Amino acid sequence: MVDTARVLTVQNVTRRFGGLVAVNNLSFDVKRNEVMGIIGPNGSGKTTMINLISGALGINEGSISLNGRYISTIPSFRINQRGVARTFQLVRILPSLSLIENCMAGMVFGHQRLWGDRARHEAAKLLERVGLDANANAPVGSLTYIDQKRLELARALASKPEVLLLDEWLAGLNPTELQDGIDLIHSLRDDGLTIILVEHVMDAIRSLCDRCIVMASGTKIAEGVPEDVLAEPEVIKVYLGEDI
Amino acid sequence: MNRSDTKSLFWGAVLLGLMAFVPLVADGYWMSIALTIAMFTVLATSWALFSGPTHYISLATAAFFGVGGYLVGTGMSDYNIDYWTMVAIAPIFGAVLAFLIGLATLRLSGVYFVIFTLGLAEMVRTLVSWVQNNFTGSRGLYVLTDLTEPDIYWCLLVVAAAVYLFGWWLNRSRLGFAMRIIGNDESVARHVGINTAFSKVILFTVSGFVAALVGALIAPRYTYIEPNGVFSPELSFIVVIMALLGGTGRLWGPIVGVIPFALLQEFINANYSSYSTLVMGVAFLLIVYFLPQGVVGRLEQLWAKRRQSSW
Repeated sequence: MVDTARVLTVQNVTRRFGGLVAVNNLSFDVKRNEVMGIIGPNGSGKTTMINLISGALGINEGSISLNGRYISTIPSFRINQRGVARTFQLVRILPSLSLIENCMAGMVFGHQRLWGDRARHEAAKLLERVGLDANANAPVGSLTYIDQKRLELARALASKPEVLLLDEWLAGLNPTELQDGIDLIHSLRDDGLTIILVEHVMDAIRSLCDRCIVMASGTKIAEGVPEDVLAEPEVIKVYLGEDI
Repeated sequence: MNRSDTKSLFWGAVLLGLMAFVPLVADGYWMSIALTIAMFTVLATSWALFSGPTHYISLATAAFFGVGGYLVGTGMSDYNIDYWTMVAIAPIFGAVLAFLIGLATLRLSGVYFVIFTLGLAEMVRTLVSWVQNNFTGSRGLYVLTDLTEPDIYWCLLVVAAAVYLFGWWLNRSRLGFAMRIIGNDESVARHVGINTAFSKVILFTVSGFVAALVGALIAPRYTYIEPNGVFSPELSFIVVIMALLGGTGRLWGPIVGVIPFALLQEFINANYSSYSTLVMGVAFLLIVYFLPQGVVGRLEQLWAKRRQSSW
């Protein structure tokens, strides 16, 4: 029986890089329309976990399933077509494509597909939604950092995914931009998206996440509502010397 | 995008139309040069269909070209098969070979792909020579037809028109869009749902098909086919240099490089034949340093700058 409320299931997943165990026997569920945070100190395996879900990396043990179907054995382009889209920790835009084309790139081959004038039209709408001027003609390489992040988000949203993976999407923003960003993610959630986000910004975790898991050295050390989790002694311990 | 696509289709048609009249006015010497230009136009343009957007530099052109020429030779000399039948069969072999190579090289990127394709072309050449020396006896093969240079030339023009049409369609297709995304960032391409392996193999196969077809069509010109000739790695390099000189950003870019380079090569071969390799090397360096976007790319940059400053 498939639990319909459970969109994504990560079960006993392990990923090793040579002798280093980047993700160690990790399990968690994400429910429909939930915002799930993955937090932890640098090098604790958060981004690796995102890469395992999106298929950028393969897993060594365990399984990941989307709506009851395994996705841990299929290539990343198929995972995207099943409805998982992502942004990257280091922004990856497509420099030789125009703004609209950058957004369309996410729309033409992914989960829900559009092509031609309709794609162009939808891409323009989506760009406006994330706060970009769709008519701007400047090369995308000259966009500011926040705008590049917006563009990447628009591309991820373009195929109307079920699950959105945000890898430190809010990092490096100033306080005003941060508030805009948080509001934007809130509105995506209101649209019915399920979101998994890796984040260091604690304010964002507190205001956005329904639940979060805390990773340390590849292992899950806590899971629950952010307020509770962040108060746990073990969590405080792994963060000591960091930004808490 | 649409307007510039239509424009390139128009200019391509005009140019091809003009080129069709060349045999009526050219003497033997210029006809021979025109034939060379037609041959390299097809090769460089189809090469750029794959390598332009993806930036995968393939040095395997000679392998496919050679397979085309060699099959025609062996089919006619050893098995008494009609020339046109072999012309129909040869590109299919080229496409299958390219498909298999494509599958094998999927995981390679950057310089590894370049070296692999170069090595592969050499391997095919050595293999064919070895088979000939040990099993079929003769080293050379005769391709005797009634075709004149203008006949071959017109055949190549038809192929060129087909390649341009295909490229024009590609530029407006989802496959073409996928190739541009792959050329920008293959990792992003995979994460927006593009089957990158499949897309690359398809276009590589097309370029292998065309190169083998050209090799088959041009075979009567040489009359006598010899593996070390048709599989010459120099051909692969010349195709790359020509395409890069013209520019791979536009469909009609490569031909802008083919014409001057073919003329230059003719001049060098006629007057300083022992320096031809040197000239090719120097030309390659100059292009990479001074015209990384090719002549067409550079002109477009200048034009954009002028337009900006005049507003």
